[in-house]
Amino acid sequence: MNIVVCVKQVPDTATERKLRSDDKTLDRDAADGVINELCEYAVEEALRLKEAHGGEVTVLTMGPDKASDTIRKALAMGADKAVHLVDDALHGSDALGTSYALAQTLKKIGFDLVVLGSESTDARTGVLAAMLAERLGVPQLTFANKVEVDPSAAKAGSGGSIAIQRVTDYGYDRVEASLPAVVSVVEKINEPRYPSFKGIMAAKKKPVEKLGVADAEIDASQVGLANSWSEVADFAAAPPRAAGTIVKDEGDGGAKTADFLASKKFV
Amino acid sequence: MSEILVLVEHVEGQVKKVTLELLTLARKLGTPSAVWAGPGYSPEAKARLAEHGAEKIYVADSADVNDYVVAPKAELLAQLVSEKSPAAVFVAATAEAKEIAGRLAIKIDSGVLTDVVGVEDGLVADQSIFGGGVNVRSRVTKGTPIVAVRPNATPVEAAAGAGAEEQVSVAVSETARSARIVERVKEEKGARPELTEAAIVVSGGRGVGSAENFSIIEKLADSLGAAVGASRAATDAGWYPHQFQVGQTGKTVSPQLYIAAGISGAIQHRAGMQTAKTIVAINKDPEAPIFELADFGVVGDLNQVVPQLTDEVAKRK
Ligand SMILES: Cc1cc2nc3c(=O)[nH]c(=O)nc-3n(C[C@H](O)[C@H](O)[C@H](O)COP(=O)(O)OP(=O)(O)OC[C@H]3O[C@@H](n4cnc5c(N)ncnc54)[C@H](O)[C@@H]3O)c2cc1C
Repeated sequence: MNIVVCVKQVPDTATERKLRSDDKTLDRDAADGVINELCEYAVEEALRLKEAHGGEVTVLTMGPDKASDTIRKALAMGADKAVHLVDDALHGSDALGTSYALAQTLKKIGFDLVVLGSESTDARTGVLAAMLAERLGVPQLTFANKVEVDPSAAKAGSGGSIAIQRVTDYGYDRVEASLPAVVSVVEKINEPRYPSFKGIMAAKKKPVEKLGVADAEIDASQVGLANSWSEVADFAAAPPRAAGTIVKDEGDGGAKTADFLASKKFV
Repeated sequence: MSEILVLVEHVEGQVKKVTLELLTLARKLGTPSAVWAGPGYSPEAKARLAEHGAEKIYVADSADVNDYVVAPKAELLAQLVSEKSPAAVFVAATAEAKEIAGRLAIKIDSGVLTDVVGVEDGLVADQSIFGGGVNVRSRVTKGTPIVAVRPNATPVEAAAGAGAEEQVSVAVSETARSARIVERVKEEKGARPELTEAAIVVSGGRGVGSAENFSIIEKLADSLGAAVGASRAATDAGWYPHQFQVGQTGKTVSPQLYIAAGISGAIQHRAGMQTAKTIVAINKDPEAPIFELADFGVVGDLNQVVPQLTDEVAKRK
């Protein structure tokens, strides 16, 4: 089975994240770039499916040169090879542009299964997997906390079936489809492995193919900041919250809290 | 005034509060038309939508629309956009409705804004990003704006609308039928409100200590008619199910009141709750960062403070 796992480099959530004042896009230099946490679950799930059914795991990243660190991390976990979509023309692409660029690349490199994290910690739109399914015309199996692939799908191109549990507000939906398909995974689906020393060494030798906009047959008029479908008018840091009242519990902490809630008309 | 389509969120035939919020918001910017997708439509539902300003109600209540993941609803909205040429499409910023919005955006070649907390004249949207750290104003520059608005962003106001019904037939395409929902599993959550919609959320963290002890969090929540949330430390430990996790990789909530008990207030937890209107923290460590956000805080043992608070709330009812 030919599995492509899309990973994204994001600013570390532990550092202060900013927008750039010049073009109002994410300031990638202000914070350390790390692999988006949910992407680690996606890589892990892809590796487990490969281990169960055979095939190959390709990492696909769209991002600037420094995103190669994120690619190495996924390769160190055990992915076989990577494709890095990198081109200045892609800078500032919104979800529509990003999904278009990734869909074009996926069509070019081929896949039986695309696996993603259900959202990124920076943009948090949670729409990319659905958009990819729409653009590729394949089943959308998103917000999965469990993925099962039928073994007959093991050989690339042979089709096969797939089922997931899709997390909902009330529990989950069981969803069935045929391959090829797009899957997105949620946090508790698995426990991502730590790269071993051997894995880290091996990752250095694994092939990383760099593709530009033209290589992936991406129409440059559909990507990049200037061609986005939306724009940021202005932005500002959220005003800090006013300091509150902190009391020490002297056996009446619950009652005092109730007084506070009453003063705010919650009780 | 120009028509704004509002996709109705409903569960077991009941219109959810967020839809009434969306209708209220849409009324300020145009004329709202509700779009009902899937089974369960009823005269009560119609009345509720009309009471909150729906001038028209487009009803596509065939099972087809609901039996497949997301895609049929995006097709329905795309069809309505091309027939009615609305000024905008509003959906709730729930996981599923955002996905509908995303697919719709591609179908009608239009921009989409997610996690919107307010919309001004000219369809300029306020968004809160980076876990509430930065406020952004943005607008769609191509096509029909699609706006996903967070629950609790707008107070509901009633206002009569005509509620004129129009049946819509959708021919769900083969591609949209490719991911079939074969079973819906409902997990017991009692009578509590849904986490992202609730006006009050009571969350427990590592300080709660065990799965059993979460009952003191639940009791406080029930006394306030609140939803229960949890930090990642609590869901990681298996004390509370993951769908109740609040934070960077869990749910984002913006309730009127958020009570955090035994939660330190790590940046990734704050990302999911710091836009709450009022924040109360109960923590035994006076240095816990959650107190920086709190409008009211108690430094103490939650095992003492929380049950006492529950009793006091009950007494004052
Ligand atoms: C990429 C990423 C994503 C993450 N996403 C999330 C997320 O979505 N949600 C989330 O919550 N976290 C998330 N985290 C984890 C986050 O960093 C913290 O580890 C987590 O929030 C800690 O949970 P906690 O506050 O319950 O536990 P702790 O930080 O251990 O705090 C427990 C608190 O309880 C107090 N306490 C202990 N006993 C008592 C008592 N008897 N009475 C009163 N107080 C007591 C302690 O003083 C302490 O302040 C994420 C981390 C990363 C790296």
